[in-house]
Amino acid sequence: MVNTIDSTDAISDPFAAAGHGARPHPPHRSEKVIEAKGLDLTFQTGDGAVHALSDIHLSVERGEFVSLIGPSGCGKTTLLRVIADLERPTGGTIAVNGVSPAQARLARAYGYVFQSSALFPWRTIANNIALPLEIMGFGRADRKQRVRENLELVNLAGFEKKFPWQLSGGMQQRASIARALSFDPDMLLMDEPFGALDEIVRDHLNEQLLRLWAKTKKTVVFVTHSIPEAVFLSTKIVVMSPRPGRVHEIIDCDLGEDRPLDIRESEKFLEIAHRVREGLRAGHSYEE
Amino acid sequence: MGNPLMATLTTPSELAQRRPVFRAGGRFDRLVPILTVVLAILVLWYVFAVILNAPGEIDRAERVGHPLSFTQTITATMDARRPVLPAPHQVVAELWKTTVATPVTSKRSLIYHAGVTLSSTLLGFALGTALGILLAIGIVHSKALDKSLMPWIITSQTIPIIALAPMVIVVLNAIDITGLLPKALISMYLAFFPVAVGMVKGLRSPEIMHLDLMHTYSASRAQTFWKLRGPSAVPFLFTSMKVAIAIALVGAIVAELPTGAVAGLGARLLAGSYYGQTVQIWSALIMASICAALLVVIVDAVGKVVTRRMGVQP
Ligand SMILES: Nc1ncnc2c1ncn2[C@@H]1O[C@H](COP(=O)(O)OP(=O)(O)OP(=O)(O)O)[C@@H](O)[C@H]1O
Ligand SMILES: [Mg+2]
Repeated sequence: MVNTIDSTDAISDPFAAAGHGARPHPPHRSEKVIEAKGLDLTFQTGDGAVHALSDIHLSVERGEFVSLIGPSGCGKTTLLRVIADLERPTGGTIAVNGVSPAQARLARAYGYVFQSSALFPWRTIANNIALPLEIMGFGRADRKQRVRENLELVNLAGFEKKFPWQLSGGMQQRASIARALSFDPDMLLMDEPFGALDEIVRDHLNEQLLRLWAKTKKTVVFVTHSIPEAVFLSTKIVVMSPRPGRVHEIIDCDLGEDRPLDIRESEKFLEIAHRVREGLRAGHSYEE
Repeated sequence: MGNPLMATLTTPSELAQRRPVFRAGGRFDRLVPILTVVLAILVLWYVFAVILNAPGEIDRAERVGHPLSFTQTITATMDARRPVLPAPHQVVAELWKTTVATPVTSKRSLIYHAGVTLSSTLLGFALGTALGILLAIGIVHSKALDKSLMPWIITSQTIPIIALAPMVIVVLNAIDITGLLPKALISMYLAFFPVAVGMVKGLRSPEIMHLDLMHTYSASRAQTFWKLRGPSAVPFLFTSMKVAIAIALVGAIVAELPTGAVAGLGARLLAGSYYGQTVQIWSALIMASICAALLVVIVDAVGKVVTRRMGVQP
């Protein structure tokens, strides 16, 4: 069941179906979590139209870890925002959990992690993580428990009373991941979440994310600029090319579930990384 | 997922580095320039007191046939009965006499008069702030209100208050609304403006990313208002309230002039100029400035406490 983009208008009451604190079960009739066909998006700006996405075909299965990689401006963020119903495509169809992105958003299908942590500076870490829970009407006791669990999950126990500026960049980003996980969505959409962090912190967070993914079986769509990061984390790598943004190549990344950091020295890892690099280069070259 | 390596990333030393640095001698550094300016003003004031009062004193002395020497002239200008510009110590003496040395209940007490003006200032400020916030909420949430209200809000402030106040007071008096309320309305008329403008800016200040975040949670407009727009606007609110409370005081004083009110700082100013009591005028003026400064400082302090509690980085 694929909704056309015109029918993305909202269900009247997002929380009626959900009740208090309970999350509606995802429709199991479709194992395809994301299904985009011929997706097109043109931004109308002051100085002309920007063709950001062109004829995107993408399908993501439940439980996959999909990375979007490509040069700057190739539309990775835009594609992620279309999935999250933060942007409306100007052509083609997209279904998330078998319904329109807007309906999926209302059904709390995903948690979104921005490039910067986007924590509210006036809220403590605990209250930041409780923010989506408050909005979605979780009870006080439930909120407290979820905040505690998710802080532990990202190794931030003990920091609940701190304000965001009292934390390092890596800790802030972990808090924002805890916030995205707090209401237990089935899918995580992450836009270069570790882009601003140094390599060592990034490695640790990559390891953590991988374990979290293995443990929770969530679907992850992950935007990155880093080839090693993409290969280390993903089950599938979508190589995109710019002007207009399209999918150049989709590379399967079957390194298995157990991936220690030193897997990055293995033959197979290097081979996949090489293929991704070639794909990026080829996607770029027929531009010039 | 207890990862020992992660734990090393979050040692207390990381936090220690982020603690604010204590700046030694900050208070003293701030006091010196302020005192310098105060001193300069006092010196200038004395100089002008001499220059402005001397002709009158010389005249008077000549009329009674006792021409003054240079030093006598200077002394006379310092203690004139009806000076053009009273010397600072005369104003201080008058202030002392009408505040400390007079019971608050007396009609001669400047504290009593300040109290009268302050009560309408505070009422007007409260009304103005409420009105400003309501207008801002309307403007931010409705394109139609933005288009239709904003021009009127700006036009309202182009009418000179000194022309508007008498009309309002007289009209209200005619329908038997007297006392505190008419004065408070004038204060409100001035005070709502900075609050409305500041709050429109404040409510529109959230980053796009934060608004997007709320959208991903499918937050309602009301939720976005209470959890994002409102908190973002708090610093803007206090900045505009500092302006608003100062001009609310101006409004209250101006509103006391047209009716020839019997009480209030405005009434003291009016009576002083009526009878050529410049010392009285100046002490009322100084009292008004002290009130304004105090009010602004109080709003500022409340603002600091609130933003500190909201976790603002010191
Ligand atoms: N709101 C917008 N209005 C107009 N143009 C936009 C808008 N958002 C993105 N674009 C344009 O769309 C194209 C794709 O942008 P997008 O942010 O998706 O790229 P990206 O792949 O995420 O780049 P980066 O790696 O630098 O983050 C760019 O040319 C960009 O200028
Ligand atoms: Mg981007």
